[in-house]
Amino acid sequence: MSQLNLTVNGTAHTLNVPESRTLAEVLRYDLGFTGTKIGCEEAECGICTVHVDGVPVDSCIYPAFKADGKKISTIEGLATHDAEGEEHLHPLQQEFINHCAVQCGFCTPGLIMTSAALLNENSNPSEQDIKIALKDTYCRCTGYTSVMQAIKSAGGILRGDGPLPVNEPAVDEPTANISRSLKVPDIVDRVTGRAKFSDDYTFPDMLFARTLRSAYPHAVVLHIDTSRAQALPGVRAVLTAEDIPGENIHGLVHLDWPVMVGVGQKARYMGDAIAIVAADSQDIADAALGLIDVEYEVLGVVDNPIFAHSPEAPILHEGREDGNLLKHIKVRHGDIEQGFAEADVIIERTYHTPTTEHAFLEPECAIGVPAGFNAEHSKLTVYVGSQIPYQDRNQIARAMNLPDEAVRVRGVLIGGGFGGKEDIAGQIHVSLLAQATQQPVKMLYTRQESLLFHPKRHATVIRIKTGAKKDGTLTAVEAELYGDGGAYASLSDKVMTRATTHATGPYNVPNAKIDCFAMYTNNPPSGAFRGFGVTQSAFAVEQNMDLVAEALGMDPVQLRLINAQKVGVTTATGQLLRESVGLIDTIDKVTVDMRGGLNGSFRWGWQEGDKAYGWGIASAYKNTGLGGGAPDKSEAEVEAFEDGTVAVRTSSADMGQGLVAVLAQCAAEELGVPYERIRVLLSDTDLTPDGGPTTASRQTYMSGNAVRHAAANLREALTSVVSEEYDKPPAQLRFEEGLVRVNGTSIQFGEAVHLAKEQGIATRIRHEYWGPKTQPLGTGGDMHFAFSYATQAALVSVDLNTGAVHVEKVISATDIGRAINPLLLQGQIEGGIVMAMGNCLTESYIIENGVPWSTLLARYKMPSIKHTPEIISHLVEDRSADGPYGAKGVGEIPSINTSPAIANAIYHAVGVRVFSIPVDQDALLRAMRTGSTEVHTAWHDVR
Amino acid sequence: MPLWHHYHIPTTVEEALAHLARYDGKARIIAGGTDLLIDLQHTEKGAHTLDALVDVTRIQAMTEISASEGWIYVGAAVTHTAVVDSALIELQATCLVESCGVVGGPQVRNVGTLGGNVAHALPAGDGTTSLIALDAEAHVAWADGRREWLPIGCLFKGPGESAIDSTRDVLVGFRFRPCAQREATAFKRIMRPQGVALPILGCAVWLKLDDRSDHCADVRICIGPVGSIPARASEAENALRGQVMDDETIQAVADIACQTLHPRTSKYRATADYRVYMIETLLKQALPLAARRAQTGIAQAEGVGLG
Repeated sequence: MSQLNLTVNGTAHTLNVPESRTLAEVLRYDLGFTGTKIGCEEAECGICTVHVDGVPVDSCIYPAFKADGKKISTIEGLATHDAEGEEHLHPLQQEFINHCAVQCGFCTPGLIMTSAALLNENSNPSEQDIKIALKDTYCRCTGYTSVMQAIKSAGGILRGDGPLPVNEPAVDEPTANISRSLKVPDIVDRVTGRAKFSDDYTFPDMLFARTLRSAYPHAVVLHIDTSRAQALPGVRAVLTAEDIPGENIHGLVHLDWPVMVGVGQKARYMGDAIAIVAADSQDIADAALGLIDVEYEVLGVVDNPIFAHSPEAPILHEGREDGNLLKHIKVRHGDIEQGFAEADVIIERTYHTPTTEHAFLEPECAIGVPAGFNAEHSKLTVYVGSQIPYQDRNQIARAMNLPDEAVRVRGVLIGGGFGGKEDIAGQIHVSLLAQATQQPVKMLYTRQESLLFHPKRHATVIRIKTGAKKDGTLTAVEAELYGDGGAYASLSDKVMTRATTHATGPYNVPNAKIDCFAMYTNNPPSGAFRGFGVTQSAFAVEQNMDLVAEALGMDPVQLRLINAQKVGVTTATGQLLRESVGLIDTIDKVTVDMRGGLNGSFRWGWQEGDKAYGWGIASAYKNTGLGGGAPDKSEAEVEAFEDGTVAVRTSSADMGQGLVAVLAQCAAEELGVPYERIRVLLSDTDLTPDGGPTTASRQTYMSGNAVRHAAANLREALTSVVSEEYDKPPAQLRFEEGLVRVNGTSIQFGEAVHLAKEQGIATRIRHEYWGPKTQPLGTGGDMHFAFSYATQAALVSVDLNTGAVHVEKVISATDIGRAINPLLLQGQIEGGIVMAMGNCLTESYIIENGVPWSTLLARYKMPSIKHTPEIISHLVEDRSADGPYGAKGVGEIPSINTSPAIANAIYHAVGVRVFSIPVDQDALLRAMRTGSTEVHTAWHDVR
Repeated sequence: MPLWHHYHIPTTVEEALAHLARYDGKARIIAGGTDLLIDLQHTEKGAHTLDALVDVTRIQAMTEISASEGWIYVGAAVTHTAVVDSALIELQATCLVESCGVVGGPQVRNVGTLGGNVAHALPAGDGTTSLIALDAEAHVAWADGRREWLPIGCLFKGPGESAIDSTRDVLVGFRFRPCAQREATAFKRIMRPQGVALPILGCAVWLKLDDRSDHCADVRICIGPVGSIPARASEAENALRGQVMDDETIQAVADIACQTLHPRTSKYRATADYRVYMIETLLKQALPLAARRAQTGIAQAEGVGLG
């Protein structure tokens, strides 16, 4: 301990803290400025940015004592307060809100502080200036387009020129609350640093936990000795599999994942937990891990799905009839031989897509509070940012040997998810440790642990054969996919099913035979990741489409238009499309923009100076909802109060996509209550009914419908009360502007609630919404209740001297049925596109013989603001009959076809087609120089 | 585990050396810490706790940029941002601004130092590549009390291995000759968008034209990584000296560089073949740029912040 003097946001502090602290730790944990977030501890992500004497620095790797005597500014100090104590947001904070440059909000403090330093130097920055200043400050949600607008707009205010207009997408029919860009209710908290994520919570006597993970990707645990760790002062508990009171297993679809690997059991990947520790401090918990002795018998490693399928591969999960085959998924449609016999052109190629990592900026964190800890925690309570709170509860209860109702999961703000926060992370471990110690226990994963542990996007090998007639009509598709499921099933079964069923692309394909083999390997598990398998198959399908077009001498747009799904088409899974198929509109909108009115002179590719340019196009579709016969329901509750406010409750998760706003809009629309009077509570298994998993682009549709119906039922109940009281026919009552109007007179909405309560009529209505019934794959009929559609065109440049690929522009059109909140929706589209650019150009999670190489964020580059292209996004609102106000899913569809659009564009630019991603500029340039037209290797193959 | 226990902020080099001596190998110099902390936290070589860090960023001699007696002096604890912001260096050692300007992002450049870049001893550290082309000397305060100026190249023993033991010695600063009339420098590098932020190839050139202004009187070229330590491309330099600076010569020099330098394939960074292509690409960018600067006397750094 030594004395540290810091002035933080104008206030001097003298602290006695260990000299080993970083500035971020002092700010967050000693001074409580939790607006400063820690994302990587590698100076990679920039979200911990604060100013030291006015200069932006990464506080996560800045020793606190280096700042001794200096002035620190954090996000909490950016807004000003007037004499009455009223808060006045900094123009950056205001414009981040106005331009919808905030989604999950976890990176927002870093983005704003980095931007503030820029604007302090230059209030009129160019786009280039912004890209230079924010180059190393990541955002995984927004795609940065809105961020750039917000910064420019704030600069305008600071200069006195005023803000920039908000780039609102055009929508068809806005109503009072629907198709309006209303602000997320707690948005101010996300720009001021007040928003609390898991690691921002503390409890009295809270302990800190760590997990010891397997030293090998495949090994039997022979012996575990925790005695040295137990003896370390400050260690409160060291637990192993033996200490689990219930079942030592979890899993979302298949129960195959041990909570901890016990003696005699097998570790199947490097992320497997062997032991867990709770201690008085994080440092002690870290030290204790080094004192746990484990003996292993090392086994052979299964490092890829094709080897996994071979007879010589070691078996991961003994006792399974199918060995390492997790699932063989089949699509059979029409007569494949007949289809290829009719074809004039047949194209067959093999594509490789990599394992990729969600890299949500908030690493996983869970806090367990033991039952009976205090009045607020009468039962075991777990605080966590999770996409599936009720399934968390069920999985915790199973391991704890408790009834579900004895466990409470309280969702907190989620710093990004993208599918990566569906599986159990530390939820069960903190429950075990809280119960063992009878103290609250926090388990915060480091970025490096997060990279190692959580399920990824499946690396997939796709061989696809496409047949077409001379006139462009597709006759058949045959495909074989191998998906790397990793060590545990997670959602592999569902993800790879989606990859399989969508492997015809969004086209009318009369004959199809598609086989997918989802395999167990000793790699980190694969699971849900935005796009859910369709991202992978689309990469193959859409390039094969361009190859077919080329072989036929046909324009790639024309080929897609000829075959595009429309109402009346039957999909390869036997589903007759009856409504809401906006694909052709998306193709038309994108094509018009891409050709720029130059139908005659438009070129797909050209050269200028040292660069080659090319356009590429790709289409996609993606189901909304679970589908495949899975019962799909969401429950929500709507309660009206006499003060005129309304509460909406459901366990569905908001991970930044803006579900809170969408649900409040649905309730406001049905009840005619101003949006600001709706309070939404999410993700609390004691207080909110089960909205189901936040996955499969389903929550706008499912929970939106649940809220809409609950609110409509509440309105009907109030209608009957008011119509009786005032003796007016129900049809004459109108709920609007917070009033119930009857022919020129009106009463306050709250008064209507008061009347209902007096009469004992329920003012709290719960609705269980069941999505339209779907059929399992292979049985024909409707496998899904809705599909969203998208077309994107990418303009890329390829540097002829280096092979470097840059995406200059992306034009997208997305059919989402109805845009409930257009700006939030646009944020999903822009963010999805940039994330998908990462999939194509920068990202690959590398594993070498079961051992991850991508152990640091520094080894896993995702798109930064410097990669952000100009993005033009159009909405197509082809209403879905059963969706709320016509809406379908949007979360995933923008992130599916960007990769093949870029690959097609590269081909048009330089005449080389890339079959494996992320694109390796090294291999691309070598192909260009040697006259080769195909590249079958990716970055991770450079060795 | 704490990565270090004590944190000292000396104000003189002597004081820093005394701290290091007292901890006898269990303390290390920290400047910006942007590389060091990551090493300590995330790599095996850092997997033991240090007794202390000795912060050299408040030692005046190590944080100043100055010009005197025909030298430009840059303290080892000068940040990349301070180098980039120095009008003196931009005009008279442009390549150093260009190389410091592409290190990391602004947050890292604001804290990370030129000395740290050199002490890290990577064969293609951006700042290092330019210092070699500038024929810089390093001022080292050795643990045994000796103070000496050494050619910068002497500091490198192998990849990541420096002659300076940062648990005992202090790298104090650098000096190099400012560009005179008809002299200029340039730095260019090639990155890939994936993986670690190390250049596929970096290239710095120092060029002196003769009084005809279109012939090369002298040249220094550093391209890396080629070997395990940064080095000059002497065959290419020899091919250029005395020649007219036209496209034909530059192509010939690039060809010789491609034939005589033997870069390796490094995992997840680049193939040897690609690096050879990049030798040509970089020389064809850097040499004409340096020549233009030498001819016009106008030197505006390119690409700052675009790393």
